[in-house]
Amino acid sequence: MIVFGFTLALMAIAAGLAFAAWRRSPALLTDGFSDARTQFIHLLPRLAIGVLGSGFLAHLLPKETILAWFGPNSGLMGTALASVAGALTPGGPVVGYAIGAAALKAGADLAQVMAYVTAWSLFTINRMISWEIPSMPARIVLLRVVVSLPFPFLAAWVTLLVR
Amino acid sequence: MPDDTPPGLPKVQRKPLDWGFLVVATLSLGSMIWVTLRDGFTVSQHILAEDFWLFLTILPKVALGCLIGSLIRLMIARETIEKYIGAGSGVKGLAIAAIIGTLFPAGPFTIFPLAAVLMVSGADRGAAIAFVSGWLLLGINRAIIWEMPFFGTDFVLFRFLVSLPMPVLLGLAARATVFDAYVNRPPPGEGKA
Repeated sequence: MIVFGFTLALMAIAAGLAFAAWRRSPALLTDGFSDARTQFIHLLPRLAIGVLGSGFLAHLLPKETILAWFGPNSGLMGTALASVAGALTPGGPVVGYAIGAAALKAGADLAQVMAYVTAWSLFTINRMISWEIPSMPARIVLLRVVVSLPFPFLAAWVTLLVR
Repeated sequence: MPDDTPPGLPKVQRKPLDWGFLVVATLSLGSMIWVTLRDGFTVSQHILAEDFWLFLTILPKVALGCLIGSLIRLMIARETIEKYIGAGSGVKGLAIAAIIGTLFPAGPFTIFPLAAVLMVSGADRGAAIAFVSGWLLLGINRAIIWEMPFFGTDFVLFRFLVSLPMPVLLGLAARATVFDAYVNRPPPGEGKA
């Protein structure tokens, strides 16, 4: 039900934006559609492979190992391991989500998966090397990393509290 | 492909094959073959059918996400964005920076250079970090297109709730005077929040 409502909300946003673009100039709307189509076609195979693959990956992941390392009783050590794993997972939009979802299906604790996804979002080393450090002052990058460091733990802790 | 995006706004550039895709493709195909060899064709077929259904149900959302992203990118000029996170913007500036980072539909090739430009045009380190963190932690576009298919709406909404205050808090932390000595050239007009 939530999912359906969310799709409706997305449709409303898209319709509103499309109307605003059309009012500015019909050509802008055409460009928007064509740009969106290009992006959609680009995403399609990536998503298909990622979604289909994560099912097989989850089937293969050794459940005992996942449970022992990242299961409900893995505690602070599990969070730390999950955070390090997140930082080491390559960037790009799919990899971390695919692995995180597979680990969740294989029995990893929600809190540890939350820490993993958060750490992956914040600290993916290869994105920092190939995009962030070349574009931004290195000290600002380091400052960002330092202030963000506690957050995967915080996210895991809040998840434990709320659940 | 149309090439009339507003000047100064980098077009989305994509390599036909990228690193992440290759990793996922190798992992996916490898595990598919492995499962088929180990557990037989029936098990493999069952997993495939289940995941294919999931894939079909998310397609409309992916299409809508693409459309929303494209329209926003075409309609909002970079100058407009720069205007609102100028120097001396306080917590409000951090919030605006975080919200823009959250909503801005772009990849790393746009976000980090944009953050650098913002800093050159007077945004302080707190605003830049709030902006980047908003994009990293709460990027709506990525969440809809990529995260929801894998984790489902509940997980993503929960993660969003947990992460919601973070970009502003990280921006505030980055503004702390302790770091002044480290970032030895603090931009003018910048200080405690």
